[in-house]
Amino acid sequence: MGNMVKEKNSLLDVKNLRTSFNNGKAKMEVVRGIDFNVQKGEILGIVGESGSGKSVMVKSILGIIPNNAKVDAGEIILDGKHIENLSKKEKRAIRGRDIAMIFQDPMTALNPLKKAGDHLIELLTRVRGMSKKEAKLEAIELLKMVGIPSPETRVDQYPHEFSGGMRQRVLIAMALACSPKLLIADEPTTALDVTIQAQILELLKKLQKENDMSVVFITHDLGVVATICSRILVMYAGMVMEEGLVNEIFYSPKHPYTKALLNSIPRVDGEKMRLKPIKGSAPSLQNIKNGCPFAERCEFAMDKCFKEVPEYKRFSATQKCMCFLTGEGDNLDD
Amino acid sequence: MTETKEKLIEVNNLKKYFPLKTSLFSKNKQVVKAVDDVSFHIFKGETFGLVGESGCGKSTLGRTLNRLYDPTSGEIQFDGKDIANLNNKELQPYRKRMQMIFQDPYSSLNPYMNVEEIIDEPLEIHTTLLKSERKEVITDILEKVGLKKEDMEKFPHEFSGGQRQRIGIARALAINPEFIICDEAISALDVSIQAQVINMLEDLQSEMKLTYLFVAHDLSMVRHISDRIGVMYLGKIVEISKSDELYHKPLHPYTQALLSAIPIPDPIKAQNSKREIITGELPSPIEMETGCRFRSRCPFAKPICAEVDPQMKQVDGEHFVACHLY
Repeated sequence: MGNMVKEKNSLLDVKNLRTSFNNGKAKMEVVRGIDFNVQKGEILGIVGESGSGKSVMVKSILGIIPNNAKVDAGEIILDGKHIENLSKKEKRAIRGRDIAMIFQDPMTALNPLKKAGDHLIELLTRVRGMSKKEAKLEAIELLKMVGIPSPETRVDQYPHEFSGGMRQRVLIAMALACSPKLLIADEPTTALDVTIQAQILELLKKLQKENDMSVVFITHDLGVVATICSRILVMYAGMVMEEGLVNEIFYSPKHPYTKALLNSIPRVDGEKMRLKPIKGSAPSLQNIKNGCPFAERCEFAMDKCFKEVPEYKRFSATQKCMCFLTGEGDNLDD
Repeated sequence: MTETKEKLIEVNNLKKYFPLKTSLFSKNKQVVKAVDDVSFHIFKGETFGLVGESGCGKSTLGRTLNRLYDPTSGEIQFDGKDIANLNNKELQPYRKRMQMIFQDPYSSLNPYMNVEEIIDEPLEIHTTLLKSERKEVITDILEKVGLKKEDMEKFPHEFSGGQRQRIGIARALAINPEFIICDEAISALDVSIQAQVINMLEDLQSEMKLTYLFVAHDLSMVRHISDRIGVMYLGKIVEISKSDELYHKPLHPYTQALLSAIPIPDPIKAQNSKREIITGELPSPIEMETGCRFRSRCPFAKPICAEVDPQMKQVDGEHFVACHLY
């Protein structure tokens, strides 16, 4: 992977990441050997259905997985430094300063007993060592930057006085308070209405350019990915099925899962057609079977697919895919 | 679509206000006007989509229609009979004819009942069938929604989200209703599963001659399934049109904004499209001002918009809009 992209442009390199949950009786592997990197200044989209392991994967990178989960293997290199074996304290220093995260639910991510501004002030005094006075002024600046009207009064209001979209803006302000190199956004617009979603996506795009950050954007919405991302990872059952530039994924998808996913969504533009669903449902990760995780739902599955996991095949410097069928011609196109 | 164009549902000036909790001594009682003077109709056999952002009253409208809520005022004609003021007993025969599918397949099924008991409940209440006959009906309906006979013994927690939604659909269809309200019925499901459920709803509609009211916020899915669509904003329907026409020629500024906010799953189109992003957010439904409700966010607002509440106008054919621009 590293030999395909210029190392010096890579901000985050993840190699063979494996994370499992243990409920006392059985071990359940939810992230099953993932390789990817995040380039400087790009927005990388991670697409997958619920249970595909996308959230656990990024939480493993940040070291904020629950107690019953464990990172079993993998290298995580941030800006040239290995961070997978850091102590809890050292990891905490990275979070907020180098990597920041925004979550799906803006309703629960803020402390209801603290003013919106105090969330920011605490962060600025702790991480950036500002005095309380300086921090408050900076907090007002940050709220202004994320487009909150009359930030001078808003800074003293409590979370319940903010709407969902405004709370998400406060969270974005918190994430950007310490100018992180990498912002991880885990379904940040899923809980919002479409018109508010459009506002937040515009804001994220603008801030990403202005601050020259890299963004990892997790979502299940293919429309959102097409709007905001430059590169995409398609995840299924804890593995990356396909990786490529946004145009490669949308206009020449290789993996049957990627194709099926694109076929199963209705188009707002163009003709109305009957939808093509993917049969069955996502596999349980409790008893993982051999072979390709998508084999059971794949309309092109062969005997081989149920026995061994396919290797990645490259199609361009940027696109790769995990499937036995691809590369043997275009018989997949229908 | 519909050959006869007979109306199954006709709603006239329907209002549903919720009183806010106020202190015993306060003088002016505040109300939330969740549904405020709404009129529309649904033809037999068609799918009517209802879209809008959260808080616009689309779910309340659905629940008032099938009398889960008592309307504040207005008429609900079901097959020619006004059911807005019927009492529970008088409603019983109508309840049998309209059923509901809920958003959350996790909380809308009783975890202590197995699938057979869940589907049997409406049959027991609404039909005079014997236990053995009911079992036959349940077996049939399970097959129709793509579940197996063996699933009857299982409990909801043994199923995935998509399968649970199928159980909810089976429960709604068991008593052979004519009218189904789907309240965000697919919103909680994964993309690949949504398509399965949508296709099934379409098949069942033609097989059982059903009429749907499809309430949702996902505009691309609503366009896909609906014949006609109503767009709601703060308790009012602001535009009604055939679904294709609504997407090709939206008239109301709110509809236009809503449509251009949909992220298009096509990178080149997404980058080239000029998106009209409306600023601001939904105003509070409590302190309602006079005039058009959308005017605080509307880029085309004129002086008249602040004074007169625009009425529904027929623009052409089946396209109606409530806006001073037309």
